[in-house]
Amino acid sequence: MSDLILARSQMAMSLAFHIIFAAMGIGMPVLMVLAEGMHLRTRQPVYLRLCRRWAHGAAILFAVGAVSGTVLSFELGLLWPAFMDQAGAIIGMPFSLEGFAFFTEAIFIGVYFYGWNRLSPVLHWLAGWIVAISGTLSGIFVVTVNAWMNAPAGFKLVNGHVTDIDPVAAALNPASFHEVVHMTLAAFVATGFVVAAVHAFFLLRDPANQFHRAALGLALVVAGASIPLQMLSGDHSARAVARLQPAKLAAMEAHYRTEAGSPILIGGIPDDATRRTRYAIRIPDGLSILLTGNPHGTVTGLEDFPESDWPSVRIVHWSFDIMVGAGMAMFGLALWSGWAWWQRPPLAQHRWLLRALVAGGPLGFIAIEAGWAVTEAGRQPWIIYNVMRTRDAVTPMPGLGVPFLVFTALYLFLAGMVALLLRRQFFDTDGPAAETAPAETDV
Amino acid sequence: MFEFIVIVFLFLSLILYALMGGADFGGGMWDLLATGPRAREQREAIARALGPIWEANHVWLILVVVLLFTAFPPAFAALTTALNIPLTVMLVGIVLRGSAFIFRKYDSSAESVQLHWSHIFGAASLLTPFFQGVIVGAAVSGQIHVVNGAVTSGFFAGWLTPFALACGVFALVLFAFLAATYLTVETGGQPELQNDFRRRALGSGFALGPVTLVVYLTSRKGAPDMFHGLDHWWAPLLLLATSLFAIGALLGLWRREFLLARFAAAGQVALILVGWSLVQYPHLVTPDLTFANTAAPEVTLRLLVFALGAGAVLLLPSLAFLFYLFKGRRTATQDRPVK
Repeated sequence: MSDLILARSQMAMSLAFHIIFAAMGIGMPVLMVLAEGMHLRTRQPVYLRLCRRWAHGAAILFAVGAVSGTVLSFELGLLWPAFMDQAGAIIGMPFSLEGFAFFTEAIFIGVYFYGWNRLSPVLHWLAGWIVAISGTLSGIFVVTVNAWMNAPAGFKLVNGHVTDIDPVAAALNPASFHEVVHMTLAAFVATGFVVAAVHAFFLLRDPANQFHRAALGLALVVAGASIPLQMLSGDHSARAVARLQPAKLAAMEAHYRTEAGSPILIGGIPDDATRRTRYAIRIPDGLSILLTGNPHGTVTGLEDFPESDWPSVRIVHWSFDIMVGAGMAMFGLALWSGWAWWQRPPLAQHRWLLRALVAGGPLGFIAIEAGWAVTEAGRQPWIIYNVMRTRDAVTPMPGLGVPFLVFTALYLFLAGMVALLLRRQFFDTDGPAAETAPAETDV
Repeated sequence: MFEFIVIVFLFLSLILYALMGGADFGGGMWDLLATGPRAREQREAIARALGPIWEANHVWLILVVVLLFTAFPPAFAALTTALNIPLTVMLVGIVLRGSAFIFRKYDSSAESVQLHWSHIFGAASLLTPFFQGVIVGAAVSGQIHVVNGAVTSGFFAGWLTPFALACGVFALVLFAFLAATYLTVETGGQPELQNDFRRRALGSGFALGPVTLVVYLTSRKGAPDMFHGLDHWWAPLLLLATSLFAIGALLGLWRREFLLARFAAAGQVALILVGWSLVQYPHLVTPDLTFANTAAPEVTLRLLVFALGAGAVLLLPSLAFLFYLFKGRRTATQDRPVK
């Protein structure tokens, strides 16, 4: 493999790993403060226990997210020095703000996880809110940088030289809003459904368990409130991508020809050589309606761009379909849960719903990974869209296979350990020990 | 002017990283070297001391990185290229240190499992600061060359020299000394444990002498700029002040005035880094890259300074609150009663 492919693989692997922890790092604090808030309101001990149990999980996820995020901040230079050389002055600003948000989060994580007995309950709850807000802000700032790579703004390029830098315009680039909204909601959706799955699993064994009932309720509130918004945000994002990166949109839809009355193609096998997508399910005029609001509207296809500027149509199209499919499925789960709750509460009695929720647990993270594949693979061959090609940014360092293998092995090991330890935390809730609510001094 | 403010923030972040994050690495080293009848208690004391604060202490490093690539992008690009290998090793250490620490806390409390994670945590706490020392040594070595933004000295220049390796060892001993000194305060009320850390602090404090000498001697060939740094008019004054703090730290440890020792040791480490910053300035990567010739445009620096100011207003009180909460007078035994 070439060093370019290895560098891209290492970056993709590092991001794919980190994004899970980052998303949970945004979602879990919200669940924790909701549970703690319920405890402050209702004084029911079950909510306090729930909050503490979730905090155990969050502590592990946060620590791994912090170190894998550190790796990424260095990898920007270790793998893409020419990119940072150009981009640092333009887009370093949101990174610096992210540094502060992350700092605040780390400080109050310490206060929150270790301060149960050192703060009044209300102050402790407020510390949790600071964690939740600063965690969300960190994510927003980082996504802003990615948005800039997709829709570069705030500078001029004169003879390959960057001038007229405007870091504010760069941060508020045309892709920032839709990317930030879509990613932040995705974090809430994914965290909500994966947590709901864990507690649905335990409710299948023990439907009367108050602890898991409370947990499932809160997790579904977060997931269910976010997923309809996420559908809207997805629609808005697609329109924005069509405007800002038509080649990426064409790849997402496996749409080779520029034509009026474009269909939506679901699945199928895109073939660059014949410029056709075979075996796809077609929804006639669908794409034209979605993007232009007119069944006869014209949608730009890949043929309007030189082939050297195409991303990998298969990866982008299939990832896009996986993301949309997972999103639809989660929307269905949310509707089902809402209907079941409306018809015949509590949810713990609906065994088929619980089974579906368990099966659907990973959907949010599948959607996140697939969505990032769309964004990142869809931006190729550019590292800064239409400004700098990825191959021109890669480090001259040879032998990139070594760090790729080392970090892959390391992250596989960490992923396995995190899974084992989370299982430990959650299976403990099932035991009699948890029922007596032990007086923990800290998490 | 803005450039200078950013530089000051950059060096300040590095100094604070050494004072806080460095001590956390030192804690990991003493975890690895925990011996005697109280080995387990030593480990527990270290874990208690690190628990609430290590995540925050670690962020100083992130701040250094983002400041570097926002304000001096070509220097970041050159450093990550020329020092790709030691930086990568350092990152592996950072990942293992943080994860092993948290895994140990949430894994089975069985002795064998705990020891297993302790060893990874400890080994990573050795590896990481060693390579941080090596990297800092390489940056000042004068052997990394950059022509028109491209590194021309390859991937091994500067960091495999006796001087850079001595800097690595220096970082280890310095952080071990700092951690042991802090831990004498943290273990107040447990005289035996306090004695253990006092002995360790004294041992590593005295070891710092010969290690410093080796760094100095190897710098003659390995980092001439640094060697000749002593010719500056301020050098003897700074040396004197650092020595006074060092003596104060050792005296404090000797006489069991641990608060004084902690203050003096922190002052000593800060002054060492101040001295290094003064020698390094105006170079970022000696000799080709200076702060001036790698600085981002004024508009970026100006915004960054505003952000730093606003950030400091938010952060410093939060940080003070964190340390007050967990490092203030109250100890674990004075927690609020659990309701």
